[in-house]
Amino acid sequence: MRIPLLCGALLLAAPAAAQLRVDINSGISQPMPIAVPSFPAAAPGTTAAGTTDELGQRIAEVIANDLRSSGLFRPIAQAAFTTQVSNADVLRPQFAAWRTVAAQALVTGNVTANPDGGITLACYAYDVFAGVELTRQGFVTTAAGWRRAAHKCADLVYSRLTGETGYFDSRIVYISETGPRSKRIKRLAVMDQDGAGHRFLTSGQNLVLTPRFSPSQQQITYMSFEGNRPRVWLYTLGTARQEAISQSSAGQFQGMSFAPRFSPDGRTLVFSMAVNGNTDIYTLDLGSKRLARLTSQPGIETSPSFSPDGSRIVFESDRGGSQQLYIMGADGSGQQRISFGDGRAASPVWSPRGDLIAFTRFGGGRFAINVMRPDGGGERQLTNGYQDESATWSPNGRVIMFQRSARGGSPALWSVDVSGQTERRLPTPLGASDPAWSPLLD
Amino acid sequence: MHSQHLGLASVAALALLVAACGPKKQDLPPPPPPATAPATPTPTPSAPMTNPAVSSSIVPGSLADFIAQAGSDRVRFAYDSYEIDETARSVLTRQAQWLSQYPTVRITVEGHADERGTREYNLALGDRRAQAAKNFLAAQGVPTARIATISYGAERPEADGADEASYAINRRAVTTLGN
Repeated sequence: MRIPLLCGALLLAAPAAAQLRVDINSGISQPMPIAVPSFPAAAPGTTAAGTTDELGQRIAEVIANDLRSSGLFRPIAQAAFTTQVSNADVLRPQFAAWRTVAAQALVTGNVTANPDGGITLACYAYDVFAGVELTRQGFVTTAAGWRRAAHKCADLVYSRLTGETGYFDSRIVYISETGPRSKRIKRLAVMDQDGAGHRFLTSGQNLVLTPRFSPSQQQITYMSFEGNRPRVWLYTLGTARQEAISQSSAGQFQGMSFAPRFSPDGRTLVFSMAVNGNTDIYTLDLGSKRLARLTSQPGIETSPSFSPDGSRIVFESDRGGSQQLYIMGADGSGQQRISFGDGRAASPVWSPRGDLIAFTRFGGGRFAINVMRPDGGGERQLTNGYQDESATWSPNGRVIMFQRSARGGSPALWSVDVSGQTERRLPTPLGASDPAWSPLLD
Repeated sequence: MHSQHLGLASVAALALLVAACGPKKQDLPPPPPPATAPATPTPTPSAPMTNPAVSSSIVPGSLADFIAQAGSDRVRFAYDSYEIDETARSVLTRQAQWLSQYPTVRITVEGHADERGTREYNLALGDRRAQAAKNFLAAQGVPTARIATISYGAERPEADGADEASYAINRRAVTTLGN
């Protein structure tokens, strides 16, 4: 479902930039105190999603939750507020009152019920101590799209205060798990990055694994055991159509195909295929259906992931004796090992910023999420668990989501800041594994 | 500067720590030894999938008959190994003998891994194990056209436990009749 969302241009241009800023690169872990009071109605009205007052309260909660989840902000409890925000206050906040609760920034705005049934959310951020406006933007959407408007507002504030692109208006596709291990039922599921709007995409009749979004977020590629023929499939969100990937000329692939991902331009799938006991990496041009084999070693070559510019692929191979990370050109040229050190390195995924590769480092009974530069340098451990694996990046490359299983326990989704701080568990209705973050929504 | 009365230094947030001040990389012990790992437990035939309702008279050519005569429908593997060890050779040899008695029976060899690996590698490892069993059966004279393979990776464990004994049971290749 696409929600039309028009941004900006509704309000006057913001005044000259003030200096309030969250420094995400310094190492200090004091989150910024921020006030996000309920958004008043520009004029009281009613929408299909509730009254403007109700929406204003829920929108403020979504924004506060987004900002809190980043670990960079500490939203102040509404009970501590010494003032409410009236519609007149939106443009002229009572800065003195916000200083008394030690808010450093104020996020406010108002909600308008539009004649067409939609809403306009006006979003403002202020530097409380300096008493100046930091940014403003308007978002026009359907009444049902109010959550996305709230996420857009949170992204605006995050972006203004950190200098980085936001990531709150995005989604997660993952595998929902239930039942005993030997008969585990696995289903494709999607939800907003904050866990809202959860829905199942498949019935659980077939075992499904490793879903990944297309760059347009309109498709998901995954592996399914449908018909006891494990292979790569495509799910189209708008139509719920599911189709197995095949070559039109040669018919079905010869062996098991798995570990699929899209290229950054969405035109190519990269995946592994196991043929006669040998697993190699292939690309399939989705337009021409041309198949290209990129590796030809006798080892296991799998978990390929494109660099954001599409020119290179990071993957894992056990050609050297145990699983390690390698990089090659998108045509398979120049294959070169990049991971060294203790234990194995597996399941790499390239950051959308291009600067880091996240992967699973394991050995001695522990599985950790680590990051390193594409040249193999600067390796840092972010997590440590009995089994932490399956890393995926937020669209801005600041947060990593992964799957964590305690010994004998059901897996759950967790996220961690790329600094290694702010670990948190994402609520899901059932067990959860194989997360994949979408790009920012349009 | 507004930043001064904001006390910006204290405001500054969780950060991308550079390696020097980042969390220490924990030294991970070396990976477990490969093929020299302790021998896998002697396979115990698990309950046949078809119910041998009349246990006194196993139907010749049935799965129960296959398991009874071959000793087991499954073989085990060491950690991260796809080597057919001596115990597995014995079981697969008897499976091949049974299959030579029933030349019309087709089989599927299912390859499985324990959960102590990454998901995608486990799929490939399960494939290696299924192929290794298939190749051994073929070397014993079973035509490859009768043998299909499938890998379940770590997705269909036999034992539910999260201990070494369970993991050893789950590293297996299972011969099923039909494909």
